[in-house]
Amino acid sequence: MAEAEESPGDPGTASPRPLFAGLSDISISQDIPVEGEITIPMRSRIREFDSSTLNESVRNTIMRDLKAVGKKFMHVLYPRKSNTLLRDWDLWGPLILCVTLALMLQRDSADSEKDGGPQFAEVFVIVWFGAVTITLNSKLLGGNISFFQSLCVLGYCILPLTVAMLICRLVLLADPGPVNFMVRLFVVIVMFAWSIVASTAFLADSQPPNRRALAVYPVFLFYFVISWMILTFTPQ
Amino acid sequence: MASADELTFHEFEEATNLLADTPDAATTSRSDQLTPQGHVAVAVGSGGSYGAEDEVEEESDKAALLQEQQQQQQPGFWTFSYYQSFFDVDTSQVLDRIKGSLLPRPGHNFVRHHLRNRPDLYGPFWICATLAFVLAVTGNLTLVLAQRRDPSIHYSPQFHKVTVAGISIYCYAWLVPLALWGFLRWRKGVQERMGPYTFLETVCIYGYSLFVFIPMVVLWLIPVPWLQWLFGALALGLSAAGLVFTLWPVVREDTRLVATVLLSVVVLLHALLAMGCKLYFFQSLPPENVAPPPQITSLPSNIALSPTLPQSLAPS
Repeated sequence: MAEAEESPGDPGTASPRPLFAGLSDISISQDIPVEGEITIPMRSRIREFDSSTLNESVRNTIMRDLKAVGKKFMHVLYPRKSNTLLRDWDLWGPLILCVTLALMLQRDSADSEKDGGPQFAEVFVIVWFGAVTITLNSKLLGGNISFFQSLCVLGYCILPLTVAMLICRLVLLADPGPVNFMVRLFVVIVMFAWSIVASTAFLADSQPPNRRALAVYPVFLFYFVISWMILTFTPQ
Repeated sequence: MASADELTFHEFEEATNLLADTPDAATTSRSDQLTPQGHVAVAVGSGGSYGAEDEVEEESDKAALLQEQQQQQQPGFWTFSYYQSFFDVDTSQVLDRIKGSLLPRPGHNFVRHHLRNRPDLYGPFWICATLAFVLAVTGNLTLVLAQRRDPSIHYSPQFHKVTVAGISIYCYAWLVPLALWGFLRWRKGVQERMGPYTFLETVCIYGYSLFVFIPMVVLWLIPVPWLQWLFGALALGLSAAGLVFTLWPVVREDTRLVATVLLSVVVLLHALLAMGCKLYFFQSLPPENVAPPPQITSLPSNIALSPTLPQSLAPS
């Protein structure tokens, strides 16, 4: 009888300890989400209140977008290892530059048969189709850049070539001749190199090191074709 | 009556004795059960943990099997990774293949020594794009240079040449390999010989063989006719040699007549491509050749024809 009393006593003393420990753990774990729930909604509400733009006027919205586009133009003109152009992408700049370039490449003559230069639609298609092709190429090579980020960078980096087009049109107002051509050639080459450097600064890091040249070469070809269209432009 | 009562009491006494014995047995069984229960509880806990681990391991094994199956199974052509495998190539590999296409050697098979069962579409695609644009650019430059030599020629940008160059180059680089691949498969079916090249390998052979035409087209800017023909013949020879050396191991097991005709057709198509590019994109030379003789021979008649020259220039 004494042995029987001792044997049930041991498990009796051991069993309640883990049970209480489990209960205390459960109670402790229940407190944590309550605290989390209290703080997180407040922060999100504050952010929503800060980021809300429904109350601002149309002028403020347009000015903010124009500032963003202008800031990206400055990033292209002074290219450095920056993620701004990739983080906050938009397609306004590429559209503006593409339309401007295509319009400036139109000739003044009304005779459509003699005009063998690129038409508006041809320039537009080459710019956008070229950018899409380069983007697909970089993604197929394993690049970690998104589709629209690549389009954004390639489009914004047309800015130097658009400036070159403007300068060429001004230079062509003078008398045509070899000096005129040499000036235009120099301007186009400088701006072409500028576009390559700017786009490479943004896009090269998104590729594996052993395939960087494979991704940069199509960009070179793309800006080369645009430069050729600009250089061969003649008003008459 | 008394005997019956005595019998009844006897049964109760035996029952009470049995019950008295049974509680002892029950207590001992309880004590025995308690210790096994403790062990069972521990075993259940450890067993549960072991079971959970086993389940996790089984799940991981299943996931690994699924991954292996997915890797083994080629992804469908509607997914992006399917096409990504065609561009699984490095810069050094592309440069090595370009060098191999520029310097064909009789004993070296382009497919076995350079592709090594990993054909890519990067080279064929961008070589065709480069060749198309370089053709258009050099064609326009030829007109510019001709205008400088002869001011009477009115130059205007010939942008449509980009379209013509692109269409012709891409059609040649993809349709001719398709026809060749189909023909080789048909011959393989007829004779059940060595396995021919895959379609991708055939496209690679043709795509990389076109690279030699890019420097040729640039060198065609030199306005010396015999140098142009020399460069054309040299590029054509290198390119056709590369094709013949690569296709020979597949074709030689066929009949001699079929092999000869096939290789001749391949070289002929290559020559037609080179001739077509030269005659279309660099066609400003014949007018120059025609222009000087009448001027020299009919100097006095030029004065008489001066009123008609503006009329001829106007439509041009």
